[in-house]
Amino acid sequence: MSEGPIVDWGWVGGHLDDVWERTVEHAVLTGLAVGIGFAISVALCLLIHRHRRAYGPVTWTAGVLYTIPSLALFAALVPFTGLSLLTAEIGLVSYTLLILIRNIMAGLDGVPEATKEAARGMGFTDRRILWEVEVPLALPLIVAGLRIATVTTVGLVTVTSLIGQGGYGFFILQGLRRFFTTEIVLGTVLSVALAATIDVALVRMERALTPWSRRRVVP
Amino acid sequence: MDLLGGVVEFLATGTNWVGEAGIVTRTLDHVGLTLLSVAVACAVAIPPGLYLGHTGRGGTFAVSVVNIGRAVPSFAIVALALPFTIRLGLGLGFWPTFIALVALAAPPIFTNTFTGVREVDADLTEAAVGMGLSGREVLFRVELPLASPAILTAVRVSAVQVVATATLGALVAWGGLGRYIIDGFSQRDSVELFVGALLVALLSVLTDAGFGVVQRRLAPKGPRPAG
Repeated sequence: MSEGPIVDWGWVGGHLDDVWERTVEHAVLTGLAVGIGFAISVALCLLIHRHRRAYGPVTWTAGVLYTIPSLALFAALVPFTGLSLLTAEIGLVSYTLLILIRNIMAGLDGVPEATKEAARGMGFTDRRILWEVEVPLALPLIVAGLRIATVTTVGLVTVTSLIGQGGYGFFILQGLRRFFTTEIVLGTVLSVALAATIDVALVRMERALTPWSRRRVVP
Repeated sequence: MDLLGGVVEFLATGTNWVGEAGIVTRTLDHVGLTLLSVAVACAVAIPPGLYLGHTGRGGTFAVSVVNIGRAVPSFAIVALALPFTIRLGLGLGFWPTFIALVALAAPPIFTNTFTGVREVDADLTEAAVGMGLSGREVLFRVELPLASPAILTAVRVSAVQVVATATLGALVAWGGLGRYIIDGFSQRDSVELFVGALLVALLSVLTDAGFGVVQRRLAPKGPRPAG
Protein backbone atom coordinates (compact mmCIF):
# COMPACT_ATOMS: atom_id res chain seq x y z
CA MET A 1 0.00 0.00 0.00
CA SER A 2 2.91 2.33 0.63
CA GLU A 3 4.41 2.12 -2.85
CA GLY A 4 3.60 1.20 -6.42
CA PRO A 5 0.75 2.45 -8.57
CA ILE A 6 -2.55 3.35 -6.90
CA VAL A 7 -4.53 1.03 -9.17
CA ASP A 8 -3.18 -2.32 -10.36
CA TRP A 9 -5.04 -2.63 -13.66
CA GLY A 10 -3.85 -6.20 -14.18
CA TRP A 11 -5.67 -7.24 -11.02
CA VAL A 12 -8.83 -5.51 -12.15
CA GLY A 13 -8.68 -7.22 -15.56
CA GLY A 14 -8.33 -10.61 -13.88
CA HIS A 15 -11.36 -10.09 -11.66
CA LEU A 16 -14.04 -8.97 -14.13
CA ASP A 17 -16.22 -11.96 -13.16
CA ASP A 18 -16.16 -10.82 -9.54
CA VAL A 19 -16.99 -7.27 -10.64
CA TRP A 20 -20.05 -8.50 -12.53
CA GLU A 21 -21.21 -10.69 -9.66
CA ARG A 22 -20.88 -7.81 -7.19
CA THR A 23 -22.63 -5.42 -9.59
CA VAL A 24 -25.67 -7.68 -9.67
CA GLU A 25 -25.58 -8.07 -5.88
CA HIS A 26 -25.30 -4.31 -5.35
CA ALA A 27 -28.12 -3.54 -7.77
CA VAL A 28 -30.40 -6.18 -6.22
CA LEU A 29 -29.74 -4.98 -2.65
CA THR A 30 -30.44 -1.39 -3.72
CA GLY A 31 -33.51 -2.22 -5.84
CA LEU A 32 -35.11 -4.33 -3.11
CA ALA A 33 -34.51 -1.69 -0.46
CA VAL A 34 -35.83 1.24 -2.51
CA GLY A 35 -38.73 -0.82 -3.88
CA ILE A 36 -39.91 -2.09 -0.50
CA GLY A 37 -39.21 1.28 1.11
CA PHE A 38 -41.27 3.00 -1.58
CA ALA A 39 -44.20 0.59 -1.14
CA ILE A 40 -44.21 1.14 2.64
CA SER A 41 -43.88 4.91 2.21
CA VAL A 42 -46.76 5.10 -0.27
CA ALA A 43 -48.97 3.11 2.10
CA LEU A 44 -48.04 5.37 5.03
CA CYS A 45 -48.59 8.50 2.93
CA LEU A 46 -52.06 7.33 1.91
CA LEU A 47 -52.78 6.86 5.61
CA ILE A 48 -51.48 10.36 6.41
CA HIS A 49 -53.45 11.77 3.48
CA ARG A 50 -56.63 10.53 5.12
CA HIS A 51 -55.68 11.00 8.75
CA ARG A 52 -53.54 14.08 9.03
CA ARG A 53 -52.76 13.41 12.71
CA ALA A 54 -50.61 10.44 11.70
CA TYR A 55 -48.03 12.74 10.06
CA GLY A 56 -46.22 13.65 13.29
CA PRO A 57 -45.80 10.14 14.74
CA VAL A 58 -44.89 8.59 11.37
CA THR A 59 -42.17 11.12 10.49
CA TRP A 60 -40.88 11.10 14.08
CA THR A 61 -40.40 7.32 13.97
CA ALA A 62 -38.84 7.46 10.52
CA GLY A 63 -36.59 10.28 11.77
CA VAL A 64 -35.29 8.26 14.72
CA LEU A 65 -34.58 5.28 12.43
CA TYR A 66 -32.76 7.65 10.08
CA THR A 67 -30.59 9.04 12.90
CA ILE A 68 -29.38 5.63 14.10
CA PRO A 69 -26.05 4.91 12.35
CA SER A 70 -26.31 2.12 9.78
CA LEU A 71 -23.57 0.02 11.35
CA ALA A 72 -25.30 0.23 14.75
CA LEU A 73 -28.63 -0.80 13.25
CA PHE A 74 -27.09 -3.77 11.43
CA ALA A 75 -25.20 -4.76 14.59
CA ALA A 76 -28.36 -4.58 16.69
CA LEU A 77 -30.23 -6.79 14.22
CA VAL A 78 -27.56 -9.49 13.81
CA PRO A 79 -28.34 -11.30 17.11
CA PHE A 80 -31.92 -11.73 15.83
CA THR A 81 -31.74 -12.12 12.07
CA GLY A 82 -28.11 -13.19 11.64
CA LEU A 83 -25.62 -12.21 8.92
CA SER A 84 -28.32 -12.31 6.28
CA LEU A 85 -29.97 -10.52 3.39
CA LEU A 86 -32.92 -9.89 5.72
CA THR A 87 -30.74 -7.97 8.19
CA ALA A 88 -29.30 -5.87 5.38
CA GLU A 89 -32.72 -5.11 3.92
CA ILE A 90 -34.38 -4.19 7.24
CA GLY A 91 -31.62 -1.63 7.77
CA LEU A 92 -31.55 -0.34 4.20
CA VAL A 93 -35.34 -0.06 3.92
CA SER A 94 -35.61 1.88 7.18
CA TYR A 95 -33.20 4.54 5.87
CA THR A 96 -35.33 5.20 2.78
CA LEU A 97 -38.54 5.87 4.72
CA LEU A 98 -37.91 9.39 6.03
CA ILE A 99 -36.66 10.67 2.66
CA LEU A 100 -39.52 9.13 0.69
CA ILE A 101 -42.33 10.04 3.09
CA ARG A 102 -41.20 13.65 3.34
CA ASN A 103 -40.99 14.04 -0.43
CA ILE A 104 -44.26 12.28 -1.25
CA MET A 105 -46.12 14.38 1.33
CA ALA A 106 -44.44 17.60 0.16
CA GLY A 107 -45.52 16.73 -3.39
CA LEU A 108 -49.12 16.01 -2.45
CA ASP A 109 -49.34 19.08 -0.20
CA GLY A 110 -47.93 21.26 -2.96
CA VAL A 111 -50.92 20.74 -5.25
CA PRO A 112 -52.85 24.04 -5.30
CA GLU A 113 -56.24 23.97 -3.62
CA ALA A 114 -57.77 25.65 -6.70
CA THR A 115 -56.70 22.74 -8.91
CA LYS A 116 -58.39 20.24 -6.61
CA GLU A 117 -61.49 22.45 -6.44
CA ALA A 118 -61.64 22.55 -10.24
CA ALA A 119 -61.49 18.75 -10.39
CA ARG A 120 -64.19 18.50 -7.75
CA GLY A 121 -66.30 20.92 -9.79
CA MET A 122 -65.87 18.66 -12.80
CA GLY A 123 -67.42 15.87 -10.75
CA PHE A 124 -64.25 13.97 -9.75
CA THR A 125 -64.50 11.78 -6.66
CA ASP A 126 -61.85 12.15 -3.94
CA ARG A 127 -60.26 8.93 -5.15
CA ARG A 128 -59.98 10.19 -8.73
CA ILE A 129 -58.68 13.55 -7.52
CA LEU A 130 -55.90 11.73 -5.64
CA TRP A 131 -54.80 9.42 -8.45
CA GLU A 132 -55.53 11.59 -11.51
CA VAL A 133 -54.70 15.07 -10.18
CA GLU A 134 -52.62 15.06 -7.00
CA VAL A 135 -50.29 12.12 -7.70
CA PRO A 136 -49.35 13.21 -11.26
CA LEU A 137 -48.69 16.77 -10.07
CA ALA A 138 -46.63 15.45 -7.15
CA LEU A 139 -44.48 13.26 -9.42
CA PRO A 140 -41.48 15.61 -9.68
CA LEU A 141 -41.07 15.70 -5.88
CA ILE A 142 -41.77 11.96 -5.57
CA VAL A 143 -39.05 11.21 -8.13
CA ALA A 144 -36.73 13.68 -6.36
CA GLY A 145 -37.27 11.62 -3.19
CA LEU A 146 -36.57 8.38 -5.06
CA ARG A 147 -33.34 9.85 -6.42
CA ILE A 148 -32.06 10.88 -2.99
CA ALA A 149 -33.15 7.55 -1.46
CA THR A 150 -31.45 5.56 -4.22
CA VAL A 151 -28.14 7.43 -4.09
CA THR A 152 -28.12 7.12 -0.27
CA THR A 153 -28.94 3.41 -0.45
CA VAL A 154 -26.21 2.66 -3.01
CA GLY A 155 -23.75 4.15 -0.51
CA LEU A 156 -25.16 2.31 2.49
CA VAL A 157 -25.09 -1.04 0.69
CA THR A 158 -21.27 -0.91 0.89
CA VAL A 159 -21.55 -1.03 4.71
CA THR A 160 -23.48 -4.31 4.51
CA SER A 161 -20.21 -5.98 3.48
CA LEU A 162 -19.59 -6.18 7.25
CA ILE A 163 -22.59 -8.50 7.59
CA GLY A 164 -21.57 -10.68 4.67
CA GLN A 165 -23.53 -8.89 1.92
CA GLY A 166 -22.22 -5.69 0.46
CA GLY A 167 -22.03 -5.66 -3.35
CA TYR A 168 -19.10 -3.36 -4.17
CA GLY A 169 -18.52 -2.91 -0.44
CA PHE A 170 -16.97 -6.38 -0.56
CA PHE A 171 -14.05 -4.94 -2.57
CA ILE A 172 -13.65 -2.02 -0.16
CA LEU A 173 -13.61 -4.30 2.90
CA GLN A 174 -11.24 -6.79 1.25
CA GLY A 175 -8.97 -3.90 0.28
CA LEU A 176 -8.92 -2.65 3.86
CA ARG A 177 -8.16 -6.09 5.26
CA ARG A 178 -5.37 -6.81 2.75
CA PHE A 179 -4.06 -3.21 2.59
CA PHE A 180 -4.70 -3.36 -1.16
CA THR A 181 -5.53 0.11 -2.53
CA THR A 182 -6.75 -1.20 -5.91
CA GLU A 183 -9.75 -2.91 -4.36
CA ILE A 184 -10.69 0.13 -2.25
CA VAL A 185 -10.55 2.44 -5.28
CA LEU A 186 -12.39 -0.07 -7.48
CA GLY A 187 -15.23 -0.50 -4.97
CA THR A 188 -15.59 3.26 -4.52
CA VAL A 189 -15.51 4.16 -8.22
CA LEU A 190 -18.01 1.42 -9.13
CA SER A 191 -20.33 2.47 -6.32
CA VAL A 192 -20.32 6.12 -7.42
CA ALA A 193 -20.82 5.03 -11.05
CA LEU A 194 -23.79 2.85 -10.12
CA ALA A 195 -25.37 5.69 -8.14
CA ALA A 196 -24.90 8.06 -11.09
CA THR A 197 -26.34 5.52 -13.58
CA ILE A 198 -29.47 4.91 -11.53
CA ASP A 199 -29.87 8.66 -10.97
CA VAL A 200 -29.78 9.36 -14.72
CA ALA A 201 -32.30 6.55 -15.31
CA LEU A 202 -34.68 8.06 -12.74
CA VAL A 203 -34.43 11.50 -14.37
CA ARG A 204 -35.32 9.91 -17.74
CA MET A 205 -38.22 8.07 -16.13
CA GLU A 206 -39.54 11.31 -14.66
CA ARG A 207 -39.41 13.02 -18.08
CA ALA A 208 -41.30 10.12 -19.63
CA LEU A 209 -43.95 10.18 -16.88
CA THR A 210 -44.54 13.93 -16.95
CA PRO A 211 -44.88 14.75 -20.67
CA TRP A 212 -46.75 18.00 -19.87
CA SER A 213 -43.67 19.51 -18.22
CA ARG A 214 -41.80 19.35 -21.54
CA ARG A 215 -44.27 21.51 -23.41
CA ARG A 216 -42.91 24.64 -21.74
CA VAL A 217 -39.48 24.10 -23.26
CA VAL A 218 -40.52 25.26 -26.72
CA PRO A 219 -37.65 27.09 -28.46
CA MET B 1 -27.90 -17.39 25.53
CA ASP B 2 -30.27 -14.73 26.73
CA LEU B 3 -29.18 -11.59 24.87
CA LEU B 4 -30.93 -9.08 27.05
CA GLY B 5 -29.57 -10.68 30.23
CA GLY B 6 -26.09 -10.64 28.74
CA VAL B 7 -26.37 -6.97 27.83
CA VAL B 8 -27.59 -6.03 31.31
CA GLU B 9 -24.78 -8.06 32.89
CA PHE B 10 -22.21 -6.38 30.61
CA LEU B 11 -23.47 -2.93 31.54
CA ALA B 12 -23.67 -3.82 35.25
CA THR B 13 -20.05 -4.97 35.36
CA GLY B 14 -17.91 -2.09 36.64
CA THR B 15 -14.76 -3.23 34.88
CA ASN B 16 -16.45 -2.79 31.49
CA TRP B 17 -16.77 0.93 32.19
CA VAL B 18 -13.25 1.81 33.29
CA GLY B 19 -9.78 1.53 31.80
CA GLU B 20 -8.45 2.06 28.32
CA ALA B 21 -11.04 -0.22 26.67
CA GLY B 22 -13.87 0.87 28.98
CA ILE B 23 -17.12 2.46 27.95
CA VAL B 24 -16.15 5.82 29.50
CA THR B 25 -12.85 6.14 27.62
CA ARG B 26 -14.34 4.98 24.33
CA THR B 27 -17.31 7.33 24.61
CA LEU B 28 -15.02 10.27 25.42
CA ASP B 29 -12.76 9.33 22.48
CA HIS B 30 -15.79 9.15 20.21
CA VAL B 31 -17.19 12.49 21.36
CA GLY B 32 -13.76 14.15 21.31
CA LEU B 33 -12.93 13.08 17.77
CA THR B 34 -16.41 14.11 16.61
CA LEU B 35 -16.04 17.61 18.06
CA LEU B 36 -12.51 17.98 16.69
CA SER B 37 -13.51 16.80 13.20
CA VAL B 38 -16.58 19.01 13.02
CA ALA B 39 -14.60 22.02 14.29
CA VAL B 40 -11.87 21.49 11.69
CA ALA B 41 -14.51 20.93 8.98
CA CYS B 42 -16.12 24.27 9.96
CA ALA B 43 -12.75 26.02 9.83
CA VAL B 44 -12.06 24.55 6.39
CA ALA B 45 -15.55 24.95 4.88
CA ILE B 46 -17.11 28.13 6.28
CA PRO B 47 -14.57 30.78 5.11
CA PRO B 48 -14.62 29.75 1.42
CA GLY B 49 -18.41 29.30 1.60
CA LEU B 50 -18.79 32.83 2.97
CA TYR B 51 -16.40 34.33 0.43
CA LEU B 52 -17.91 32.61 -2.61
CA GLY B 53 -21.44 33.28 -1.40
CA HIS B 54 -20.62 36.96 -0.84
CA THR B 55 -19.02 37.41 -4.26
CA GLY B 56 -21.63 35.18 -5.92
CA ARG B 57 -19.05 33.03 -7.67
CA GLY B 58 -18.81 29.23 -7.70
CA GLY B 59 -22.48 28.26 -7.70
CA THR B 60 -21.98 25.27 -9.99
CA PHE B 61 -19.01 24.20 -7.91
CA ALA B 62 -21.10 24.26 -4.73
CA VAL B 63 -23.80 22.11 -6.32
CA SER B 64 -21.29 19.55 -7.63
CA VAL B 65 -19.62 19.31 -4.23
CA VAL B 66 -22.84 18.29 -2.54
CA ASN B 67 -23.85 15.85 -5.27
CA ILE B 68 -20.49 14.09 -5.38
CA GLY B 69 -20.35 14.16 -1.58
CA ARG B 70 -23.64 12.32 -1.41
CA ALA B 71 -22.66 9.66 -3.93
CA VAL B 72 -19.35 8.67 -2.30
CA PRO B 73 -20.18 6.19 0.48
CA SER B 74 -18.86 7.24 3.89
CA PHE B 75 -17.49 3.72 4.25
CA ALA B 76 -15.44 4.35 1.09
CA ILE B 77 -14.18 7.68 2.48
CA VAL B 78 -12.79 5.93 5.57
CA ALA B 79 -11.29 3.17 3.42
CA LEU B 80 -9.71 5.65 0.97
CA ALA B 81 -8.19 7.67 3.79
CA LEU B 82 -6.09 4.68 4.83
CA PRO B 83 -3.80 4.35 1.76
CA PHE B 84 -3.56 8.14 1.81
CA THR B 85 -2.31 8.37 5.40
CA ILE B 86 -0.04 5.37 4.96
CA ARG B 87 1.62 7.00 1.94
CA LEU B 88 2.07 10.16 3.99
CA GLY B 89 3.60 8.11 6.81
CA LEU B 90 0.80 8.93 9.26
CA GLY B 91 -0.13 5.30 9.70
CA LEU B 92 -3.25 3.67 11.09
CA GLY B 93 -5.75 4.66 13.74
CA PHE B 94 -6.33 8.34 14.47
CA TRP B 95 -5.21 9.97 11.21
CA PRO B 96 -7.19 8.03 8.59
CA THR B 97 -10.31 8.29 10.78
CA PHE B 98 -9.83 12.01 11.42
CA ILE B 99 -9.13 12.85 7.76
CA ALA B 100 -12.13 10.82 6.60
CA LEU B 101 -14.43 12.51 9.11
CA VAL B 102 -13.31 16.00 8.09
CA ALA B 103 -13.73 15.09 4.40
CA LEU B 104 -17.23 13.84 5.20
CA ALA B 105 -18.32 16.81 7.32
CA ALA B 106 -16.93 19.67 5.25
CA PRO B 107 -18.97 19.47 1.97
CA PRO B 108 -22.46 19.96 3.46
CA ILE B 109 -21.20 22.79 5.69
CA PHE B 110 -19.57 24.48 2.67
CA THR B 111 -22.68 24.14 0.51
CA ASN B 112 -25.09 25.42 3.14
CA THR B 113 -22.82 28.36 3.99
CA PHE B 114 -22.67 29.24 0.31
CA THR B 115 -26.41 28.93 -0.36
CA GLY B 116 -27.27 30.56 2.98
CA VAL B 117 -25.29 33.69 2.08
CA ARG B 118 -26.46 33.56 -1.55
CA GLU B 119 -30.11 33.46 -0.60
CA VAL B 120 -30.02 36.57 1.56
CA ASP B 121 -32.53 38.99 0.06
CA ALA B 122 -30.71 41.33 -2.35
CA ASP B 123 -32.85 44.24 -1.10
CA LEU B 124 -31.32 43.80 2.36
CA THR B 125 -27.72 43.81 1.16
CA GLU B 126 -28.43 46.80 -1.09
CA ALA B 127 -30.01 48.64 1.83
CA ALA B 128 -26.94 47.83 3.92
CA VAL B 129 -24.65 49.17 1.19
CA GLY B 130 -26.89 52.23 0.94
CA MET B 131 -26.46 52.80 4.67
CA GLY B 132 -22.74 52.99 4.04
CA LEU B 133 -21.64 49.51 5.16
CA SER B 134 -18.47 48.19 3.51
CA GLY B 135 -18.45 44.83 1.76
CA ARG B 136 -16.86 43.24 4.82
CA GLU B 137 -19.50 44.73 7.12
CA VAL B 138 -22.31 43.57 4.84
CA LEU B 139 -20.87 40.05 5.01
CA PHE B 140 -20.39 39.89 8.78
CA ARG B 141 -23.30 42.01 9.99
CA VAL B 142 -26.01 41.14 7.47
CA GLU B 143 -25.25 38.04 5.42
CA LEU B 144 -23.57 35.88 8.08
CA PRO B 145 -26.30 36.35 10.73
CA LEU B 146 -29.02 35.66 8.16
CA ALA B 147 -27.19 32.60 6.84
CA SER B 148 -26.47 31.21 10.31
CA PRO B 149 -29.59 28.99 10.54
CA ALA B 150 -28.62 27.24 7.28
CA ILE B 151 -25.02 26.87 8.47
CA LEU B 152 -26.13 25.45 11.84
CA THR B 153 -28.42 22.95 10.13
CA ALA B 154 -25.48 21.68 8.10
CA VAL B 155 -23.27 21.49 11.21
CA ARG B 156 -25.97 19.44 12.95
CA VAL B 157 -26.39 17.05 10.01
CA SER B 158 -22.61 16.70 9.68
CA ALA B 159 -22.12 16.06 13.40
CA VAL B 160 -24.66 13.21 13.36
CA GLN B 161 -22.97 11.80 10.23
CA VAL B 162 -19.57 12.05 11.92
CA VAL B 163 -20.75 10.21 15.06
CA ALA B 164 -22.08 7.46 12.79
CA THR B 165 -19.00 7.22 10.59
CA ALA B 166 -16.51 7.43 13.47
CA THR B 167 -17.83 3.93 14.25
CA LEU B 168 -16.10 2.73 11.08
CA GLY B 169 -12.82 4.08 12.46
CA ALA B 170 -12.51 0.75 14.29
CA LEU B 171 -11.89 -0.83 10.86
CA VAL B 172 -8.72 1.22 10.47
CA ALA B 173 -7.61 0.46 14.04
CA TRP B 174 -8.99 3.53 15.77
CA GLY B 175 -10.84 3.21 19.11
CA GLY B 176 -14.18 4.77 19.94
CA LEU B 177 -17.48 2.97 20.35
CA GLY B 178 -17.16 1.25 16.97
CA ARG B 179 -14.62 -1.10 18.59
CA TYR B 180 -17.44 -2.94 20.36
CA ILE B 181 -19.25 -3.50 17.07
CA ILE B 182 -16.24 -4.48 14.98
CA ASP B 183 -14.84 -6.71 17.77
CA GLY B 184 -18.31 -8.12 18.32
CA PHE B 185 -18.47 -9.09 14.64
CA SER B 186 -15.03 -10.68 14.54
CA GLN B 187 -15.51 -12.58 17.83
CA ARG B 188 -19.14 -13.43 17.05
CA ASP B 189 -20.06 -11.93 20.41
CA SER B 190 -23.72 -10.88 20.27
CA VAL B 191 -23.62 -9.11 23.63
CA GLU B 192 -20.67 -6.89 22.73
CA LEU B 193 -22.24 -6.25 19.31
CA PHE B 194 -25.53 -5.21 20.84
CA VAL B 195 -23.95 -3.05 23.55
CA GLY B 196 -21.93 -1.25 20.87
CA ALA B 197 -25.01 -0.73 18.71
CA LEU B 198 -26.94 0.61 21.68
CA LEU B 199 -24.24 3.08 22.73
CA VAL B 200 -23.64 4.35 19.20
CA ALA B 201 -27.36 4.77 18.52
CA LEU B 202 -27.79 6.60 21.83
CA LEU B 203 -24.87 8.93 21.11
CA SER B 204 -26.26 9.75 17.64
CA VAL B 205 -29.73 10.54 18.91
CA LEU B 206 -28.24 12.67 21.72
CA THR B 207 -25.98 14.51 19.25
CA ASP B 208 -28.96 15.29 17.03
CA ALA B 209 -31.06 16.44 19.98
CA GLY B 210 -28.17 18.45 21.47
CA PHE B 211 -27.55 20.36 18.26
CA GLY B 212 -31.31 20.83 17.94
CA VAL B 213 -31.31 22.65 21.29
CA VAL B 214 -28.34 24.81 20.26
CA GLN B 215 -30.12 25.61 16.99
CA ARG B 216 -33.27 26.77 18.75
CA ARG B 217 -31.31 28.85 21.28
CA LEU B 218 -29.39 30.64 18.55
CA ALA B 219 -32.29 31.03 16.13
CA PRO B 220 -33.26 34.62 15.38
CA LYS B 221 -36.46 35.51 17.22
CA GLY B 222 -38.19 36.57 14.02
CA PRO B 223 -39.54 39.99 13.20
CA ARG B 224 -40.18 42.11 16.25
CA PRO B 225 -41.94 45.45 16.40
CA ALA B 226 -39.46 48.30 16.34
CA GLY B 227 -38.94 50.42 19.45
